[in-house]
This record gives sequence, C-alpha cells and structure tokens, in this order.
Amino acid sequence: MGHLEYSEAKKVVVKGLFILGVVTIAEVLIALLGNGHIIHGFKMAKIIFYPIMIVLSLYKAYFIVYEFMHMRYEIKGLAMSVLLPTLLLVWAIIAFFQEGNSWEKRREQIQQKNMESAHEVQQSNETGMLDDRTYHMQ
Amino acid sequence: MATDTALEHNADVQDGNLWEGAKSPFKASYGKLMMWYFLLSDAFTFAGFLISYGALRFSMPSWPVPDYVFKTAPFGVENAPLIFVTIMTFVLIASSVTMVRAVQEGHRENKNGVVFWLILTIGGGASFLGCQAWEWNNLIGTEGMTVTTNPFSNFDEGGRYLTAEELEAAGLAKVESEVHGTEATYFLKPLAKDLPENRYFVKADHHGHSLAGNEFFAGNHYLITRNHDTHLYENGAYLADDGRIKKEEFGPKAFGALFFFITGFHGFHVFSGVVFLIIIAINVASGLYVKRRNGYEMVEKMGLYWHFVDLVWVFVFLVFYLL
Repeated sequence: MGHLEYSEAKKVVVKGLFILGVVTIAEVLIALLGNGHIIHGFKMAKIIFYPIMIVLSLYKAYFIVYEFMHMRYEIKGLAMSVLLPTLLLVWAIIAFFQEGNSWEKRREQIQQKNMESAHEVQQSNETGMLDDRTYHMQ
Repeated sequence: MATDTALEHNADVQDGNLWEGAKSPFKASYGKLMMWYFLLSDAFTFAGFLISYGALRFSMPSWPVPDYVFKTAPFGVENAPLIFVTIMTFVLIASSVTMVRAVQEGHRENKNGVVFWLILTIGGGASFLGCQAWEWNNLIGTEGMTVTTNPFSNFDEGGRYLTAEELEAAGLAKVESEVHGTEATYFLKPLAKDLPENRYFVKADHHGHSLAGNEFFAGNHYLITRNHDTHLYENGAYLADDGRIKKEEFGPKAFGALFFFITGFHGFHVFSGVVFLIIIAINVASGLYVKRRNGYEMVEKMGLYWHFVDLVWVFVFLVFYLL
C-alpha cells in the first residue's frame, strides 16, 4: 500500500477480505430472502430489491478499485481519466433498458393486432363484410 | 512511489510541477497507465454484453428465475439455490486478496514471498475455472441447456401433469421407438406428424421418477427434462386449467446464448489471467525483476488485471444470479 507500514498493510488486506466476504454473504441472503427461500412465500418488491443489490455491488466495486487496485493512492487525474468515462455507462443502461421495454410493448401491440385481424377474418367469413372501422380508415 | 511521504506527494500536485515535462504527470509508468486504459476498454466491452442482457431480458414477458436454474452443486447436491456460485465468488475474492499480498511482498523486494502468494493466486484462479467448467458441464450435459436451447421456463397458467393412461384416454396416439439404443415412449395428437415439436411426454425428472399427477400453479418454474440415454427433450404433457392438453414449452432462447457467451468471455479472461500469472511467477522466481529499475512493477500490473477480472465477476454475479 502507498503510505502504510508492512504490518498495517497486511491488516488492511485481511480487513478487505472480511468486508468483501460479508457483503457477498449479505447479497446472497437478501437475494434468497427476496425470492422466498428463507421465509417461505415472502417476496420482496422489485423496487426495493433492485436498488439494494445494486448499491451493495457498487460498494464492492468501489472497494476493489480503490483499495485492491490502489486507486486511492494514485494521482487524482489518473483516477478521473479512468473513472469518469464509466459514467457514460449510466446513460447506456438507462437507454437500453428503455429500449428493451419498448420492444416488449411493440411485441404485445403486434400480437394484439394479429388477434384482432384474426377475429375480423373470422367475422368476415361469417357475414361476408369486414368491420365498419376498416371501411372508414383515416 | 512507496518512499514518498504524503506531504511531498501533495506538494507536487499543488505546485503544478507534474505538467512541466520531463516526468509522468500521473506519476505512473507507461505500462501501468496503459494497463488502466486497457481495463477501461475491457470494462466497456463487458458493460456492452451485460447491458444487452438487460435489454433482452426486460423485453421478454417471462425469464428463467436464477435461484431455480442454479441450485445444483457437485457431489449430488440438488436443492441449494445459488450456493455453488457463491462459493465461486469467494474463491475469486480470496485469489484477489492473495494477489494484493503478492504485490505487497514485491514492494518489500521479497522474491520468495511474491512467488508464494502468486502461486496461491494461480491456485484460486484455476479452482474458479474448474468450478465454472463443472457448472457448464452440468447445465449442458445433465440439464440440456445450450446456446440455442433453453429448457428452463415458467408456467403462465396452472395445471396438472398427465399420466400415460390419461393421455391415451384423451385420444393421443402412443409411439414407442428406439432412440440411441433406448426405448422412448411419447404421444402425438391426432393427425400430427412425428416431429420433436409435436411430441407429448409423460413428465419425469432426471432420475427417471415419474412426476405425472403433480399439480402446479401459474408462476411455477419448470425444467424440461432431457433424457440421458435418448438425448431427447421430454416436454411434459399437462392438462391446463382451461381444460386443454398442452405440453411444456422451451423458455427464451436468449437465456442460454447470453449465459454461455458472457460467462465464457469472463472465463476466458480468468484463463488468460492464470496463464499470465504463471509466466510472471516464473519470471519472479528466476530473479528477472531483482535487477530492474522498476522492480516488481510487472507483478503490480498483473495485479491490476486480476482485480479487474474479480470486479467483472462481481457484476456478472449480480446480473445473472442475484437480480
């Protein structure tokens, strides 16, 4: 480590192992709890579950980068030149999750329209005429 | 440098001496700086894969639930959700810790210490790869999940698995044929061609125990059993709550493709990391770094790569297994 004595540096490493281990166990326990494995049938709302898991993992990431990879002891400029571009990923995550959501909505829309037109074909087979709306298309 | 005091360090920054030329403004060597930037680019690659996983997953109405898919472990353990992957995570964290110790011993120029801790790190990495190999073998060989086929899914309606007698009584034709030297029995609806997508099987688990008669509800998970001998996927036939006879359908294909590609890409990084660590360990043991001006900095650079591999696993673990 940058400015620590050897015996202190060894202690920081053991502390690091302990912290990462405890956070990992916490993550797994919360994941199992949220899916009903610990208290049978208990389900955590996604809106609480997702942020907790993401915050715990971000803490582990911060710890690994700052302590194990020594970022804490590097020049600020180096740290920023590596870490600031990763903030762009926040934009990417928001954009693509929105995209995925919109794919699902479009697929549901198409399935809905398919069912409606199948229904219309069935009706037209019976009466020979399509739905009024079809003849009055704008 | 390790010999600078905190005061000298900050003074340099404040005086703006760093950018006057003739020295590195980030006080890091070329090799170390480029390793950081390589890791940044690799982080974007992995982020691209994980984000595409997110986009695909949230575009599907249902998705296999991780603690149902990943509940097996070696030595016959079958109902331990997420336990094996947690053990893998601990192995990788421990190998990261041993890597930090190796770098610390490098700062003290303790050649034997560096070799010792590097060997432990290599052992941790190799164990992780072994565990990942077991996981893949279990998913592909036993449970039948591949890049193109995903037998894990959820029911969106309740129902009951049907027995052979009930299927025959309902008018399905029984077909008994020999596949790979073993008898396979399945049913076909009237006028249906004998194609894999038309076959109705009596539901049984991997050990051959029949599950016919079992009831289930909407939201329950299922795994389409893959017969070890015939290699056929046995889509179990069931009577749905709406009175129709249906069979288990495969889950979203993207699940298998994404899982194997992303964990495979990460595993490839672990493997290349282990190879590099072996090379560096041999270099250290041969005394190559004793005479170098930057000493054991190569061990430090390798350490950065190894911690990055651990960091990526933190996020792969989160996205695939916990969320």
